[in-house]
Amino acid sequence: MTSKLQKILLGSCLALGLAAAAPASAEELRIGFIAPTTGIFAQTGKDMVDGFQMYLDEHGNKLGGVDVKFIVEDEQGKPDMAVTKAKKLILQDKVHMFIGGFLASTGYALAPVSNSEKTLYIASVPAADDLTQRQADKYPLFFRTTWTSSQPHHPLGQWACDQGHKKVITIAADYAFGYEVVGGFQKAFEDCGGKVIQKIWPPLGTKDFGPYIPTMKADADAIFSLMVGPMSLQFPKQLRGSGNKKPIIGGGTSYDEFVLPFMGDEVIGDVSALQYSAAIATPKNEAFVKAYRAKYGKVPSYYSEGNYTTAQIIDEAMKKAGGKWPGPEQFIKIMANLKIDAVRGPLSFEDRNPVQNIYIKKVEKKKMFGYDKDELWNTVIKTYPNVSQYWTYGKEKFLAQPVYSRDFPPCKFCE
Amino acid sequence: MNTQFWVVQAFNGISYGALLFLVGSGLSLIFGVMRIVNLSHGAYFLWGGYIALSVISATGSWALSLPVAALAVALIGIAMERLFLRSEGFAFLRNAVIAAALAVLVSLAISARWPQFIGGGWIQFIAVAAVAAVAAFFMLSRISILPIETDVLRQVLLTVGFAFLFQQGALDIWGGNNMDINPPGALTQSIVIGGVYFPAYRMFMIALALVIGVAIWLVMEKTRMGAAVRATVDDAQMARGVGIDTNRISMFIFALGAFLAALGGVAGGAFLGIYPGLDFEMLPLAFAVVIIGGMGSLGGAAIGALAVGLADNFGKALFPEVSYFTLYAPMVLILAVKPTGLFGRE
Amino acid sequence: MVSQQVKIALVTAALAVFVYIVPHSGSFVVLLATRAMAFAILAMSLDILLGYTGLASLGQAAYFGVGAYLTAVLATKFHFGMGWDFWLVVVLGILIGAALAALFGLFAIRAGDVYFLMITLALGQCVWGLAYRWNSLTGGDNGINMSGRPNFGLDLGNEVTFFYLVFAFFAASMGLMYVLVRSPFGRSLTGIRERELRMQILGYNTWLHKYIAFIIAGGFGGLAGVLWAHTNGHVSPETLVLTTSVDALLMVVLGGAGTLVGGAIGAAIVFGLREYLSTIVPWWQYVLGGVYVLTILYLPMGLMGIPSRLRQRFSQGKDEGSKELASKPS
Repeated sequence: MTSKLQKILLGSCLALGLAAAAPASAEELRIGFIAPTTGIFAQTGKDMVDGFQMYLDEHGNKLGGVDVKFIVEDEQGKPDMAVTKAKKLILQDKVHMFIGGFLASTGYALAPVSNSEKTLYIASVPAADDLTQRQADKYPLFFRTTWTSSQPHHPLGQWACDQGHKKVITIAADYAFGYEVVGGFQKAFEDCGGKVIQKIWPPLGTKDFGPYIPTMKADADAIFSLMVGPMSLQFPKQLRGSGNKKPIIGGGTSYDEFVLPFMGDEVIGDVSALQYSAAIATPKNEAFVKAYRAKYGKVPSYYSEGNYTTAQIIDEAMKKAGGKWPGPEQFIKIMANLKIDAVRGPLSFEDRNPVQNIYIKKVEKKKMFGYDKDELWNTVIKTYPNVSQYWTYGKEKFLAQPVYSRDFPPCKFCE
Repeated sequence: MNTQFWVVQAFNGISYGALLFLVGSGLSLIFGVMRIVNLSHGAYFLWGGYIALSVISATGSWALSLPVAALAVALIGIAMERLFLRSEGFAFLRNAVIAAALAVLVSLAISARWPQFIGGGWIQFIAVAAVAAVAAFFMLSRISILPIETDVLRQVLLTVGFAFLFQQGALDIWGGNNMDINPPGALTQSIVIGGVYFPAYRMFMIALALVIGVAIWLVMEKTRMGAAVRATVDDAQMARGVGIDTNRISMFIFALGAFLAALGGVAGGAFLGIYPGLDFEMLPLAFAVVIIGGMGSLGGAAIGALAVGLADNFGKALFPEVSYFTLYAPMVLILAVKPTGLFGRE
Repeated sequence: MVSQQVKIALVTAALAVFVYIVPHSGSFVVLLATRAMAFAILAMSLDILLGYTGLASLGQAAYFGVGAYLTAVLATKFHFGMGWDFWLVVVLGILIGAALAALFGLFAIRAGDVYFLMITLALGQCVWGLAYRWNSLTGGDNGINMSGRPNFGLDLGNEVTFFYLVFAFFAASMGLMYVLVRSPFGRSLTGIRERELRMQILGYNTWLHKYIAFIIAGGFGGLAGVLWAHTNGHVSPETLVLTTSVDALLMVVLGGAGTLVGGAIGAAIVFGLREYLSTIVPWWQYVLGGVYVLTILYLPMGLMGIPSRLRQRFSQGKDEGSKELASKPS
């Protein structure tokens, strides 16, 4: 063989070899997932990871036809740890996007990281209103796939008014999430003609409501409660134990599937609102609940569904992008234009936040989906379709008012 | 604010105080006798609740869970005190426990880094762990623990380390869900007197605290063991001089403290719930009781618990703006004026 | 006994190696090292209290948090501190930490031992409660987001540049604290730790000495807080929570109380375990707890005590061992 031929052969082999090698490394979607897998929020972290993982398992670990490298990091429930892990994922693991965060403060802490590292951040749990409202322009690479705190509670306020309730007491955990939930409810309720006559704010983590229950005014028609975690378990028990039989209208986390399995019969009949209920009577949801329960031994919570659907959103967006990662800005554009048929119902987006069904649900004890035991389920009693983060107010008008806080909307009818 | 309001709030405050008495009295006694602030006390409370849940799901009996959980945690307390808070005696057992724990970690590390050695098999895992355990035990027997009885700070810090281990252990054993203990139906009713609702469970907590308080008081005042305890609290050196075995007293008191904390956990479980993080939430409350009531004094703990329960309750009801401070601000003021607590002696 | 000059040389050499290796070890290591160093300043300041003065405080996170919040509030509400005025914020951070310590010290110093532990815990919790409730100033539980790092010719947004800056503060703090503990004032603190009564008889105003030590620790805590705020770009009540104070205590005990460097070593280990090991295995909490328990049992003088422990073992030093322990506070 002549040396020239040898060189050509060698060159072609190299070229072929490089050509064969290159696509393999480009055809991989690296996703960083940040959740509290240890610490006091470990169970919610587990739900988050399990939800996303289940979608991956159902789709052969591919999204949009592309192999996924799914890296989970523990943020331990601390915002600064989340930032550290996010940077590790971006700088060391070179992820295309990072997803998750649990607390609202973690959402706020992670948003600037999307700017400084020019990487897409998908918040699949943090619900702080302003991240997609008054502060949305600061974080163009921030995308949310679940809810804003006030989103389900606008329709709930409307519903409460339609039920004929005129005077409502609110009792909610004393922190930003509580303020935004109550704010949403109060705005819609009072715009319809209702009156919030008292606002009580027990500190986050209160389990003994003894000091607060006796101060509740006697002339209220109903009580709006926003409870989180262990508070959700104790409040209904103690309210009923004090002899108070008024109907309870709950915020999203007061009766969701994360706490419902551990509640007793005293919560039957209590109403709440959220973009998901495990008792949504569609075939798609039934399949999801059954598969999740068989795999992980518990009914999925909205953390599970939120992350499952996030995986679905990424799947559809990657398909639209032709199986190639188009960069964060373009990917956001694609996601923003998606219309998804998700487990929770139809889903589209406005200003990087979902537009979706909001379900008003009531706790009932019954057999569901063919399970043989009577259990507590959040039966859907009314669906408000196409609810955005602005409700019926329109974007301009809504953003013109300040973010819901402890003092806004003001308690005009507090006696 | 009518009479009904004051009556209900007072009742609520007293019942909360009853729970705090269970948590705080143990801490107070442990400090009085051993001069240790047991920072794992919150963990004992938590484990009491969790073990009760396991007992209930295994046997269906809530009544059984109270003594079983309390005794189980008392045993854990004894083990911790004998093995780790004392350096003499039990060295064999201590080395064995540490060696076993180290071995498990080593095995886990090897299976994480070189999975081919262990594969998925339990047998290989245990084999590796056994080898590591023997090696570790051998090494540990060559090293001696430096005397720890006299170093209070070291003992306190040790209880912190254990608190973290207990917390992670609870998470791994029982998971991270927010759970609730369901007492028998009779206790979930409310008794109505004069139009005012008094939840039966709160009454149960008051009754439990009274019974326990009286029982301990009787033991302290009327038995020889109790006299020995009181002597040790007053002046440990003198007590030793008189021939009292302060070593055994320490063990007894530590076990009693753990017992009380766990009992509080079971009782509180139906009232506060059981969930990760509860341990470090109860700890400052137990501190508040001990600080206000004075350390080492049972009567002080009772008064301190009552004071904290009532103050917390009325503070939150009447001045909700400062809810986050109703506990800590009075603590600071009392400590600033009388550092040994309202009824403490030094 | 190893002479002071040799010790200083060893530490300086270690620092030099550290500052050379880290920037070449990947961006995540740089980030971890920066976080550990900022926190190590807090740990070392606690060592002055614990190791040298004999005061165990469970509330140092208060000064840390106050410095961090000051930085964040000035940066976001007053647009102050992002240029050359960064150095002014550093000074202010130190001052506010010291001022708060001056206030709290009035309540705390009277108490001894265990009561000191509890009152500092209560004070720390009060500051936490304030951070949580004073929504208009602190943003409540959402915290405050800072939009980038200062730029004064040196762009601190660059992780490596920022690492060098924090290292400079870290080394300077260590140096200053070293000078402090070897000064007559520092020596009298050690004397107070050993036998306070004797110091009082000798005519020292022990209350004042302890008070000043407390203020100095608060000042360094505030400095650490300023750096921490910039490292993370975010401050929330989580910064001041009780476990932060406990962590600082853990680090000092782990590394070795009374050695100054021990605090830094403890910080490195705890951060390494929490933030590095946690990316590898899920059971890192047991390792952390285990390391902690074993160190207290077998190495009461912390990891820095290993050399003397080894020496003691190999030279029949049972008597020396108990003598050294007799000098520990009991």
